[in-house]
Amino acid sequence: MSKTIISLQDVSFRYEEHLVLQDVSLTIHEQEFLGIVGPNGSGKSTLLKIILGLLTPQKGKVKVFGTSPAEARLRIGYVPQFATFDRNFPISVRETVLQGRLGKTRMIGGYRRSDRQIAQQALEEVELGELANRPLTALSGGQLQRVLIARALACQPEILILDEPTAHIDPKIEEGVFDLLKRLNERLTVLVVSHDIGFITRYITRVACLNRTLVCHATSEITGEMIEKLYGGPLRAVHHDTVLHSH
Amino acid sequence: MTTFLDALFSQPFMQHALIGGLLASVACGVAGSYVVVRRIGYIAGGIAHAVLGGMGLAYFLGRSPVAGAIVAALVAALIIGWVSIRWKNQEDTTISALWAVGMAVGVLLIARTPGYNVDLMSYLFGNILMIPRSHLNLIFWLDIGIVLLVVLFFKQLLAVSFDEEFAELRQISVNFFSLLLLCLVALTVVILIQVVGLILVIALLALPAAIAGQYVHSLSRMMLVATLLGALFTTGGLSLSYHYDLPSGATTVLLTGLAYLASSVGGSLWRWWQVRRITPS
Repeated sequence: MSKTIISLQDVSFRYEEHLVLQDVSLTIHEQEFLGIVGPNGSGKSTLLKIILGLLTPQKGKVKVFGTSPAEARLRIGYVPQFATFDRNFPISVRETVLQGRLGKTRMIGGYRRSDRQIAQQALEEVELGELANRPLTALSGGQLQRVLIARALACQPEILILDEPTAHIDPKIEEGVFDLLKRLNERLTVLVVSHDIGFITRYITRVACLNRTLVCHATSEITGEMIEKLYGGPLRAVHHDTVLHSH
Repeated sequence: MTTFLDALFSQPFMQHALIGGLLASVACGVAGSYVVVRRIGYIAGGIAHAVLGGMGLAYFLGRSPVAGAIVAALVAALIIGWVSIRWKNQEDTTISALWAVGMAVGVLLIARTPGYNVDLMSYLFGNILMIPRSHLNLIFWLDIGIVLLVVLFFKQLLAVSFDEEFAELRQISVNFFSLLLLCLVALTVVILIQVVGLILVIALLALPAAIAGQYVHSLSRMMLVATLLGALFTTGGLSLSYHYDLPSGATTVLLTGLAYLASSVGGSLWRWWQVRRITPS
């Protein structure tokens, strides 16, 4: 087995009275493409925030690159849910991607020339090299998602963590985003959180199903039985081109 | 118009007023852009009104009201900033409380000051025609300080304004830069109070930057355009108020408001027309 990058041991988290995560144990290895799936409110975002060190669990141990999540932050490239962004913010694509250099560039004054080169490379990797000067407002949903991935790549991370990368974009573009992630997985570990269980299974190497507790932790396939257990009933809505049971 | 220019060349107080307005535009454009993109107009309003408490106290103690204003503005900014960091859902209430209590304290202390003769109206609505030379120097140095801080930490302030969570993950001290930003806004409020008074401050802080935001798509350009617009409105307001013998602060704000309205309506019509033109009927 390859190197462990992230390990969670019996992690529990509650917001006041509400228990969001209960005894979750999970390890993520180098070069994996792991999907964490689960219904809305299943604690997926909380789990991500714990891995990123934005929240501290009341119980359990979390290690990222063998150290605390807060200390390991600069080695992670994070792609937040893009639907929450103010689409009218006056900022260009290049300025957005350059933010990935924060924490590694100098403290005072502007970015360095090397930062600009890294940002440009990251944009080219997501095939948006020519859009660097465009304002963010002029982008489509799929393009914005790629810009946020480029920003995470500009961090020169060892692992890429994405929160619902395909929510609110149409299925054709969604496929493109996952193809891109698949390509990036050749050199990076990728962790994707999604409620879109059907589509994700085509790309990932391993899936963890979350609903407060880790319901399943499959290494290869998702069965209808698992989904029933996870979502608490037979799932009627399946993805446009994916029949869950056939996987 | 000739009378305004004549007055400008012959009267030192008119020159002071013009310079005051132009200097204030710099802080107005820079800090105003942050107010607009971070949507903290209500915080800026709270700081502006709380300032009267500090001015009243300084006046009561026989100190300089401007010094009182600076201290009160910074204290109010730090209190609001701290509350919004620690108890986010109390932020709104805290602002409301500071807003009204600050004013009440100011009014009471001014009323109780022996030999009461302060012109409360000029604190509330500004009187740029009375601006002393020492205040021009103060505004100049505050401008320098604000611009310097923004130039040095532009990338951090941009990152914190755009995406706090990501900035924190890149080990930027989000709390520090949020508070710094509020302090910059607080100092700008003190500057603009000299021009339009504390009740009208919010218009000059938000509207030039909001108009700029309708035309440019980068924060630095927004600051530049907002500064130029601020200079245009303060100078235009001063000239109109002189010409028609109107209160300068209110005239400036009204001009700014009308420009915002015209820009918003004009912009919408322009876009509507563009869409109509390219869409086959």
